[in-house]
Amino acid sequence: MNAPVYNFAYLDEQTKRMIRRAILKAIAIPGYQVPFASREMPMPYGWGTGGVQVTAAIVGPDDILKVIDQGSDDTTNAVSIRKFFARTAGVRTTTSTGDATVIQTRHRIPETPLHAGQILVYQVPIPEPLRFLAPRETETRRMHALSEYGLMHVKLYEDIARHGHIATTYAYPVKVDSRYVMDPSPIPKFDNPKMNDSPALQLFGAGREKRIYAIPPHTSVVSLDFEDHPFERYRHEATCAICGAVDSFLDEVVTDDSGGRMFVCSDTDYCATQGPHEVKRV
Amino acid sequence: MTAADDQPLLVAEGLSKWYGRQLGCRAVSLDLYQGEVLAIVGESGSGKSTLLQLLSSQLEPSAGRVLYRMRDGVTRDLAQLGEAERRFLFRTDWGYVHQEPIRGLRMTVSAGANVGERLMAVGQRHYGNIRDTATDWLDRVEIDRSRIDDAPTTYSGGMRQRLQIARNLVTEPRLVFMDEPTGGLDVSVQARLLDLLRGLVADLGLAAIVVTHDLAVARLLSHRIMVMKDGETIESGLTDQVLDDPREPYTQLLVSSILPP
Repeated sequence: MNAPVYNFAYLDEQTKRMIRRAILKAIAIPGYQVPFASREMPMPYGWGTGGVQVTAAIVGPDDILKVIDQGSDDTTNAVSIRKFFARTAGVRTTTSTGDATVIQTRHRIPETPLHAGQILVYQVPIPEPLRFLAPRETETRRMHALSEYGLMHVKLYEDIARHGHIATTYAYPVKVDSRYVMDPSPIPKFDNPKMNDSPALQLFGAGREKRIYAIPPHTSVVSLDFEDHPFERYRHEATCAICGAVDSFLDEVVTDDSGGRMFVCSDTDYCATQGPHEVKRV
Repeated sequence: MTAADDQPLLVAEGLSKWYGRQLGCRAVSLDLYQGEVLAIVGESGSGKSTLLQLLSSQLEPSAGRVLYRMRDGVTRDLAQLGEAERRFLFRTDWGYVHQEPIRGLRMTVSAGANVGERLMAVGQRHYGNIRDTATDWLDRVEIDRSRIDDAPTTYSGGMRQRLQIARNLVTEPRLVFMDEPTGGLDVSVQARLLDLLRGLVADLGLAAIVVTHDLAVARLLSHRIMVMKDGETIESGLTDQVLDDPREPYTQLLVSSILPP
């Protein structure tokens, strides 16, 4: 066996074809979890093995790649994956949302609206929205097949009964194209409305669970709710301490051990483009 | 009374079930009409539970078939229904009360959600209405409405069983299957549960098939009775007739083995 020492974007071509077939099927059936033969990647499960495989299968030499981890371009996971593709594929990388053609993300959707032609690749830990509601995978698949989603509302009912409002704040279940209920990966529910009718293609890869699913551009994505308890976005009642943004999703940062804290944009690229401001302590 | 009401709700024709070489039940036929309660009695291993699972299409029969008159008045062979239709039937027009409430309830979610699950499954999306219906049903099964947000794990055995009944009846089914509904409960709790069941069955005009080994339960609840032994029906008829004047030796034995009050 003379295996080639190098192949573009790490994976061999046969594997990429297999993943692309799964992606095409996922796009054809919005929200449906397509099984695929997930490979071992040079990183642990839970670090984005699914997202990396999807990105490797779709990235081309002319693409410009951006990688974010909870909105940030400069955390370990984001930096490592960006370097991984810079080295294995030689693609250009960027931190600018507007310039990127492929954006791999962990747990956020960028604040800057995406445009047509862009692809957003999500890293997904648990693709099955019914996972902790029905114990058997055979059963959850049957429930998807028959659109039996009453159980999803049982979870939301429990939230309201216990907390007085829907207390699910991330991985908030959505219905895609009026058919499949989907786990949008652990993005904050603040980001849920951005998935609806997005001009960009959204791909979801779960490496450990071996599933790929997708939302094609301009597909309806509706967050589940009750008529008398409608879906609501959530953000901290504050402005960003760095850029002063009032419309972005904020992270709470504890600054000392005596109650000091500040709120900053979770999307570092967005924050940087809002212009510098003096850092204010809250 | 319309013409459709003259038709039986459920018809079983020659139901047999073999587990390999082991017989579950053989050539059982029965008719059940709207509002009628049928008790299936017999000792352990006589095929009662097999029969109940066959009737509720949870098991596939080795021979025979089960017909059911749907809400639209058309009688259909259950084996011919699609899976989606069968599951829909199961959570709207039917109820299934397990002997062990743990099997019929979601133990980790609140009582209100347990009762409301079927409503949400058929598309109700108004929290207030679901909760009102759940509260109403807790009242009907005599569970204190202040316990609506408690998980069934905090309930006593009798309360769990009543909650399971409420959960099944909330979509106003026409047919309820009960597998030893009073099993494992003490005598006074049993008595209250039976009283409740009898009231609900009469109020709602339910048809019910009750599997029990307890002849007292059969006498209290059912209009007709079927005695099973070794997988076959050996005697059937009106409950008081069979229990007061048993014809078969085995039935006589069964009746005489009840301790006199």
